[in-house]
Amino acid sequence: MLSIKNLHAKIEDKEILRGIDLKVKPGEVHAIMGPNGSGKSTLASVLAGNEMFEVSEGEVQFNGKDILEMAPEDRAREGLFLSFQYPVEIPGVSMVNFLRTSINELRKYREEKPLSASEFLKLMREKKNLVDIDSDLTNRSVNEGFSGGEKKKNEIFQMAMLEPKLSILDETDSGLDIDALRVVANGVNKLKRPDNATVLITHYQRLLEYIVPDYVHVLYHGRIVKTGGKELAHELEANGYDWIKKEFGDK
Amino acid sequence: MDNVIKNIIGKDISLAELFDENRAAIESHSSSVLNSLRDEAFDAFQELGIPSNKVENYKYTNLQPLFSGDFTFSLKPETLTENLEDIFSCDVDTLDSITIYLVNGWYYTRNNPGVLPKGLVIGSMAQMAKENPDLIEKYYGTRAPHLSDGAVAFNTMFAQDGFFVHVPKGVAVERPIQIVNILMSEDALMTTQRNLVVMEDNSEARIMVCDHTLTTGKFVMNSVTEGYVGKDARLDLYNLQNQHNATTQVAGFYFEQHENSHLATNNLTLHAGVARNNIELKLAGSHAEGHAYGLYLLDKNQHVDNFSYIDHAVPDCFSDELFKGVLDDHSTGAFTGKIMVRPDAQKTNAYQSNNNLLLTNDAKMNTKPQLEIYADDVKCSHGATVGQIDEDAMFYLRTRGINKEEATILLMYAFAYEVIEKIKVEPLREQIRTLVEKRFRGELDKCHSCVVCGQKGTDVTCL
Ligand SMILES: Nc1ncnc2c1ncn2[C@@H]1O[C@H](COP(=O)(O)OP(=O)(O)O)[C@@H](O)[C@H]1O
Ligand SMILES: [Mg+2]
Repeated sequence: MLSIKNLHAKIEDKEILRGIDLKVKPGEVHAIMGPNGSGKSTLASVLAGNEMFEVSEGEVQFNGKDILEMAPEDRAREGLFLSFQYPVEIPGVSMVNFLRTSINELRKYREEKPLSASEFLKLMREKKNLVDIDSDLTNRSVNEGFSGGEKKKNEIFQMAMLEPKLSILDETDSGLDIDALRVVANGVNKLKRPDNATVLITHYQRLLEYIVPDYVHVLYHGRIVKTGGKELAHELEANGYDWIKKEFGDK
Repeated sequence: MDNVIKNIIGKDISLAELFDENRAAIESHSSSVLNSLRDEAFDAFQELGIPSNKVENYKYTNLQPLFSGDFTFSLKPETLTENLEDIFSCDVDTLDSITIYLVNGWYYTRNNPGVLPKGLVIGSMAQMAKENPDLIEKYYGTRAPHLSDGAVAFNTMFAQDGFFVHVPKGVAVERPIQIVNILMSEDALMTTQRNLVVMEDNSEARIMVCDHTLTTGKFVMNSVTEGYVGKDARLDLYNLQNQHNATTQVAGFYFEQHENSHLATNNLTLHAGVARNNIELKLAGSHAEGHAYGLYLLDKNQHVDNFSYIDHAVPDCFSDELFKGVLDDHSTGAFTGKIMVRPDAQKTNAYQSNNNLLLTNDAKMNTKPQLEIYADDVKCSHGATVGQIDEDAMFYLRTRGINKEEATILLMYAFAYEVIEKIKVEPLREQIRTLVEKRFRGELDKCHSCVVCGQKGTDVTCL
């Protein structure tokens, strides 16, 4: 589904991703862990098509297509979804208008008819339950004045609405209390299907108790320095990142 | 100083000469009230001329070159052979309004506003000044600065017609009053219009002034509206400007507010060539509330200059200004927000903000607060921003499958909506919303331009 080879990316001549290799197959859950500043969000951003970063080397195939040349909207239409570490507030754009535009753009790409107003509202009601999002939030502007937890729930709500093939969840667990975390994790688990995949970016092991990964990768200094099963996450939890830093530090 | 119109009756003539030559004819057709200020105005005009950018208040808009060139000047009422009703079709279903038309600044003779609420007068300034000179005299020329502003002096010299609205004491006009200003001419045309709105104590009304061009030629319109909002009275005034690129319009709104009155103006410039709006609110009675809002959407080489002047003349008043603009291509804009707080105007609250979204590097905006505060117990704030589309928001929308163009439209609309939300007439707000969105999509055919009357034009006359 996703195949990343030797991906390098920089911003203002500062190289942040320094040769990433990663393969994700349908049905899999991958966790990417690593200390702050190691490049996790950058990887997510580059995959989603953020033009702030320049890809200097490497390739990324998604469903057999080279996506590096694609606009962010086309990647989304191909089924890629990014749950932002810091979801953006957009005053003046209503949630309803935003989501409806979004869904219908995706449908248009798949040559499906746009949803009517009532079909859309029905779908929204259904998916709202999944993440237990406050009704009032969908009547507001996108993320405007949402609490940290509400913003994260809103990301998962959008994921539920858009039904992506590959979801990259960037620190969706941070800032959530235990109840909210459970709700979000439940939502993600319910959306799991044999034909879609999830990449969880986190630096705590906490989330991984609710969403069990097939693989855990450690990203450090722009490279994946270690890959293992879910027990790797426990090891990191127990020992911290210092040993990683020591072993792979500064080269 | 004075500008030259070139093709008046086949010769070059300065505006002052034009006035001099036609003065006798103008005066013989006008009421003594309108004639009473012509001398003063003429003297002032000879001194001031048409404002150039050397005049401080017109720093960002040089009117001089715009007011000279090949024009005919409208000195007599327009006589239309066709019925305006045939050119316009009013969508009365969506907006039940009291509607009148003016053509090139003149009250359209076949206007039929229907049955009016008791006491309400809506009509021609020329006619009312003759029929009811005492009423007009009480207000005429007392607010608009014909001695210090060259454009107002010019307007006052030539003043013959315009609209007059009088809402008597205690009368609340339920239906919105819609005034449709039409510019249409075979030749390039320069004209003036002089309006008066009188809201007696405890009255209430909402007025929409819609400005249109119906033919493709050049226009210069110099209009002045004076207004009085009496004690406890309430007026919402919307000016929807939708004129083609070859139009220059100077529109002055000069209002005085009395105790406990409430006035909101909203200048919505959807389309214009060069537009200069002067918005002056004098808060002359305690606890008066004045709101001045504006939205301007510019592209190509359009230019819009909003000059507001809020005069806190007495204590305990409140004013609030919000002007927002979206500038594309090579367009330019200006905003000046002058706030005067007079020495004894204690407990004044005055707020002002001007926010601009520039879509290109070539678009330019000048914004200038101008505060003169002579009282000490005052709450006053102002803020101006000039920015670009938020890249983070743009990326966020795009990751949800919304393409760049569509995302830009969503974000431009999001920027503008704060001003649109200030419109209190619900169907009007709805229609403005749709229009603004169409404007952003580049779909605003000037043929569906008038919100309210849903004017239908033919290809040739629609520009
Ligand atoms: N917009 C930016 N401009 C400059 N440097 C950036 C920018 N975004 C991220 N970085 C740098 O890239 C590195 C990786 O950041 P990030 O991907 O956010 O890390 P993580 O998500 O793993 O905490 C950090 O050193 C950070 O300072
Ligand atoms: Mg991060």
